[in-house]
Amino acid sequence: MSDPDRRRLRTGARNAIRAAGEDSEALALGMRSRAEVWKSTAFLALLLLSVLVALSLLFTLILDAFLDGRSRLNLELLTNFPSGVPENAGLQSAIFGSLWVIGMMILTVVPLGVGAAIYLEEYGEGNRWYKRVIEVNIQNLAAVPSIVFGILGLGMIVRGPLSLGQVAYAGSLTLALLVLPTIILASREALRAVPSSLREASMALGATKWQTIWHHVLPNAIPGIATGAILAVSRAIGETAPLLLVGATVFVTFNPDGPLSEGYTTLPVQIFNWVSRPQDEFRVLAAAGIIVLLVILLVMNSFAIWLRNRYQRHA
Amino acid sequence: MRTPRRRRRALLVAATAIAVGAVAAGCGGGDGRGGPIVIDGSSTVAPLSEAAAEQFQDRNSGARVTVGTSGTGGGFAKFCRGETDIADASRAITPEEIEACAAAGIGFEQITVAYDGLSVAVNLENDWAQCLTLEQLNAIWAPGSDVSSWNQVDPSFPDEKLVLFGPGTDSGTFDFFTRAVNGEAGAQRTDYDNVGEDDNAAVTGVNGSLGGMAYFGLSFIRENTDKVRALEIDDGSGCTGPSAETVQAGEYTPLARPLFVYSADTALARPDVEALLRFYVEQNDAISSQALVIPLSQEQRDTAIEQIDALAGGATE
Repeated sequence: MSDPDRRRLRTGARNAIRAAGEDSEALALGMRSRAEVWKSTAFLALLLLSVLVALSLLFTLILDAFLDGRSRLNLELLTNFPSGVPENAGLQSAIFGSLWVIGMMILTVVPLGVGAAIYLEEYGEGNRWYKRVIEVNIQNLAAVPSIVFGILGLGMIVRGPLSLGQVAYAGSLTLALLVLPTIILASREALRAVPSSLREASMALGATKWQTIWHHVLPNAIPGIATGAILAVSRAIGETAPLLLVGATVFVTFNPDGPLSEGYTTLPVQIFNWVSRPQDEFRVLAAAGIIVLLVILLVMNSFAIWLRNRYQRHA
Repeated sequence: MRTPRRRRRALLVAATAIAVGAVAAGCGGGDGRGGPIVIDGSSTVAPLSEAAAEQFQDRNSGARVTVGTSGTGGGFAKFCRGETDIADASRAITPEEIEACAAAGIGFEQITVAYDGLSVAVNLENDWAQCLTLEQLNAIWAPGSDVSSWNQVDPSFPDEKLVLFGPGTDSGTFDFFTRAVNGEAGAQRTDYDNVGEDDNAAVTGVNGSLGGMAYFGLSFIRENTDKVRALEIDDGSGCTGPSAETVQAGEYTPLARPLFVYSADTALARPDVEALLRFYVEQNDAISSQALVIPLSQEQRDTAIEQIDALAGGATE
């Protein structure tokens, strides 16, 4: 191309851009038809309505639980053990049980899930059939009802090959299976979001694949992995059905000694038990228990978010 | 720049180490019985076992008892695999369950610990029905029954739609009621509102519909006198309503039912299990009143104690 050619091209492009700008200005100045304005307003209203419905439903539920349970929201609720006398009943063993079960679940599922994600993202070869089979399976697992994981946990972990018995860690493992797909999918997204220039730079400087992943890819993916962990905890902490199958019982008046301690209960299981009692007082307790469960979930998630933000700043 | 990275690495290493350690420990552990006394079974009997466990633990520091509510059938399934020490039951063990226990080499003993009056509840505004005969109940609940209005039960009743609520088929209450009213355990019409194990849902349902009817334990009537009312039942010898007196005196037939605990022979050899069962019977009044069920009479209590004495003697031989 000669110089004048190039200049002509540049002018043409500039004119086109200017024209486009004027067009959009005209649009912004309300040159659209009345019907289109109306449509976009209606669309916005619909979107706001969706948000409102979701929020008001949530708000009503929380408010309802709070109003029902407020008379029992006190320190004794946290320090007392379950009791057949509603006035003496509390949540201590359920709180400790939930913390043990969820804590051990996180420690088990994060290394497993992140490991699987690293394999699939960094090592698994492109479009091999076995990789696709694994991927489809993981996505399907995410849609399996939780009770099925309970049955699996009963057959494989409590009885069967692992034969752990009805201990708290059997509950952790069952919930770990339940949230494993969530962790894997979130970790894969996080790994994929790490720019490949980072990997290439590291390799170019002579780092091995393992060093590249451990020192550069993984630290940069931690915020995304933490998001996955938050979703996992939020789902697991409210689960009742699978835990009932693998041995969480409704009346335990001692805290677990450790992951392999037999006899444990969790907050949702305790709430479930109280709701089905004849006495009204137990339903008040159940409502108070729901509030406690929500607060604990909020605290756990805030910690994870704090951790995530720290890494985001350093990365 | 080095510090954060190192900290990051330390955190990852720590997390992995703890998880691997936990998995390794998990594979090695799992010794069966010997920990806490594990009770599981009927959700009707559970409040009773919880009351017993609670008061027992208050007096015996160090004793550990857990109570689960897998339902009578679910409780026996675990019991006959040797996973629990005591099974709560709102009906007697079935031949199939006895077989399962025998196959696993688990001997057991049945002890009656309280009574309940299975109650038929109706709406408070229902001013026509006071007493139903067993035949009328059967006509309503029989398998394939097409009774849909109260005037089909008795021509003097108004033409009010009959709305039925009942427990799920896994519940001992369901088994007991169907055997007593329809002659065969598990036989019942299927077009009713199934509330599963949540009897409160049945209370709410009957409270909300004028022509409502449901059956559940007497405790739910006692706690909800402002919402529902119990019918009297006529088994041919006159109308009798459910109450502690009529049940204890054996007058509320055929819907008065004993509540059982089943203890494994091997568990009874444990001194803490034997002490718990003894406590169950000796403190029966206090335990039953906390659990809102009907206590054993003095005579029934003596029988239960004799039973435990014999068992404990047999176990130590």
